[in-house]
Amino acid sequence: MPLTTLGVGGREATERIDRQIKSGRIDFGGRMFAAMLFSSLALALLVLVVLFADVFGAGIGVFTTRAESFLSGGLRTKADSAGVFQAIRGTFWIAVFTVVLAFPIGVATAVYLEEYAHKGRLTRFLDLNIRNLAGVPSIVYGILGLTIFVKHLKSFTGGATPISAGITLAILVLPIVIITSAEALRAVPGTLREAGFGVGATRWEVCRTLVLPYALPGIITGTVLALARAIGEAAPILLIGAVTGLLPGQEGLLDPSQLTERFTALPVVIADWARTPRAGFDELAAAAIIVMLVLVMAMNTFAIILRSHFERKRN
Amino acid sequence: MVMTAKPVECGPVEEISLPSSIVVTPAAPLPKVVFGARDVSVYYGDFRAVRDVNVDVYEHQITAFIGPSGCGKTTVLRCFNRMNDLIDAARVEGSVTYRGVDLYHRDVNPVEVRRRIGMVFQKPNPFPKSIYENVAYGPKVAGIKGNMDDIVEKALRSAGLWDEVKSRLKVSGMSLSGGQQQRLCIARAIATEPEVLLMDEPCSALDPIATARIEDLMQQIKNEFTIVIVTHNMQQAARVSDRTAFFTTEVNSESDTRTGLLVEVDETDKIFSKPSDERTENYVTGRFG
Repeated sequence: MPLTTLGVGGREATERIDRQIKSGRIDFGGRMFAAMLFSSLALALLVLVVLFADVFGAGIGVFTTRAESFLSGGLRTKADSAGVFQAIRGTFWIAVFTVVLAFPIGVATAVYLEEYAHKGRLTRFLDLNIRNLAGVPSIVYGILGLTIFVKHLKSFTGGATPISAGITLAILVLPIVIITSAEALRAVPGTLREAGFGVGATRWEVCRTLVLPYALPGIITGTVLALARAIGEAAPILLIGAVTGLLPGQEGLLDPSQLTERFTALPVVIADWARTPRAGFDELAAAAIIVMLVLVMAMNTFAIILRSHFERKRN
Repeated sequence: MVMTAKPVECGPVEEISLPSSIVVTPAAPLPKVVFGARDVSVYYGDFRAVRDVNVDVYEHQITAFIGPSGCGKTTVLRCFNRMNDLIDAARVEGSVTYRGVDLYHRDVNPVEVRRRIGMVFQKPNPFPKSIYENVAYGPKVAGIKGNMDDIVEKALRSAGLWDEVKSRLKVSGMSLSGGQQQRLCIARAIATEPEVLLMDEPCSALDPIATARIEDLMQQIKNEFTIVIVTHNMQQAARVSDRTAFFTTEVNSESDTRTGLLVEVDETDKIFSKPSDERTENYVTGRFG
């Protein structure tokens, strides 16, 4: 661009300043850093794409040849007639139990810790331990479930049933629900609480009408992430006694009588099929993975819809 | 008129047997004392934020708290409606009375206190709800019976906001401008018909025009309410208040902490023309702070 106005010091000064402020525009260090960040992202995405492509390539054949019998069939020893219906059913009921138990207990715990408890040594200690619990390997929860719910509380849970598995996984994800809910509550502006107390609301009213509605989108997101983790766990429910190989029950998806029967679930079935050496089972495992991915994605979509609904309500 | 005499603690009188929480102030000349603070100190943990505050707040007057940052004026204001209770480590010493009743007696219900003593905060903080619901919230939680539409309209009229929002009461309170939001907060505070309004730097986030509107509003509503306002704006205190309390800070050389204290409280004219304390004079003439 031509220089049209000369400043103090005349053309010479203007040219000097022009050179100075236009030099060093290319920030090499910064660009390299950005490139590094981008390649990390690309690598992560690449792994995901390869994984998806591999699974879809292996499993899609099952859907093109016998989608219906695969989705409605039960566990079989023959690859051409085995299906995932019993596994979907089991995973569904485990998810129901997990949500019904972990959501209210987790949110209530978080509300107590954040809104009611006096911040002191005890709450810091509890907080730290909840964080530690979130890092305990899932197999440990499996052993807990096996000992307590399958053996000791057999009269209540019926032994190796979806009830035992659901309760165990609810306990497994409870710390995650508590932590994410507590974080959502902490993100509620203090001025909102003050406004409520300032017009004479009680703590319970402030919680119920102001704080919880504000924190709800975050709480829901946390809960769904926790649920996605729960339904992907194979190790604890294997210990609890999820069935592989053959499972006789043929109840419908919503039939409650299955709650006291033996069960199976998607991640267990996937693990079992994937290590079955006979022909056809690798493809079945891949197809079952596709089913599970679709389920998890559906859940996440539902969570996003819920979240944006409550966010719109909030603003 | 400088400080009124200290109240006399009365034991139970035989005929009417007052509860021990009642402190009777000696026959004070009109106007009536709404708040009396005697030797009040506030601590956050071991840290003493403000000490030895003695001040009376009179009915239907605007009392301003002025002073440099960190002098404890907001802290003292929040003693008057037990707002400091919400901070775990905060502790109040001394006596704060509201119409003769010890506000910190263990039988006092802070929720009931806050319904009578409304508060407007530094930053406009409407609820993320509609304009209508913002105003109706207080009366609702207080269980006030009556036509809610009328209550909301009355409060919005008193806050000088009705004409601007009457056609869009269902719109979110967050969508208003800053000045409108603050008047909405005032409407919300007066909807429960409190006796006192505590205002904590209510104009610090507002432009001069919005500030002028709030100041006009304060003059209009002071016949109905007693107002205590914290402000760091001396001109504002001079313009709006009847009485002014000047706070300052002193540095504790041992612990390198600062504690606020009340220097003097008097008629606003006197504080700004011939204060009795040199520190006040230095502050109001701009030589300090």
